[in-house]
Amino acid sequence: MMTVMTILSILFILGGLFFFTTATVGLLRFPDFFTRLHATGKGDTLAVFLSLVGLALYEGFSLTGLKIVIIAIFMFIAQPTATHAISKAGLRFGLKPWMREEDKK
Amino acid sequence: MNTFLTAIALALCLLVFLVLYRVVFGPGVFNRIAAISAIGTKTLVILIIFGFFYNRVEMFIDISMVYALLNFIGCVAAAKYLENEG
Repeated sequence: MMTVMTILSILFILGGLFFFTTATVGLLRFPDFFTRLHATGKGDTLAVFLSLVGLALYEGFSLTGLKIVIIAIFMFIAQPTATHAISKAGLRFGLKPWMREEDKK
Repeated sequence: MNTFLTAIALALCLLVFLVLYRVVFGPGVFNRIAAISAIGTKTLVILIIFGFFYNRVEMFIDISMVYALLNFIGCVAAAKYLENEG
């Protein structure tokens, strides 16, 4: 017999898996560095947050569940910071953003 | 629930192998760093799921926390180093 918390955690983890999949497809398919970073930076952040919140709901209210939520909050702050740092480094390094052919002239 | 978590862990391992394409063939070092960061994020979730398999989540949580910190610090350090190179 499944409780309400288990069903909620399954929904959260499935949402996290969906966003992991979309971030991976974006990382593989987009044309240049900045667009790939746009896909993986936002998609992975939301995906890891949803997955960890789902696992914390499955674990229940305890010290372990609180630690999982702390990791989720830390990743929600750290992942955009890392994405910003690496994209700034790429821009300073001299990588050109991708453009359409008709916009280039 | 254990079957469901096994399926999720297997799907995440498949996604890690897909991202590994970008690490091996990705043009330039920046694509590789972004892909390694994505792999570290997926590994963090896989580690906690393994903790549920072994019924020892409280130990795997600490490993996962260290993994998150090292992933973040490594990414920022590599970005700062390459920023000064160019």
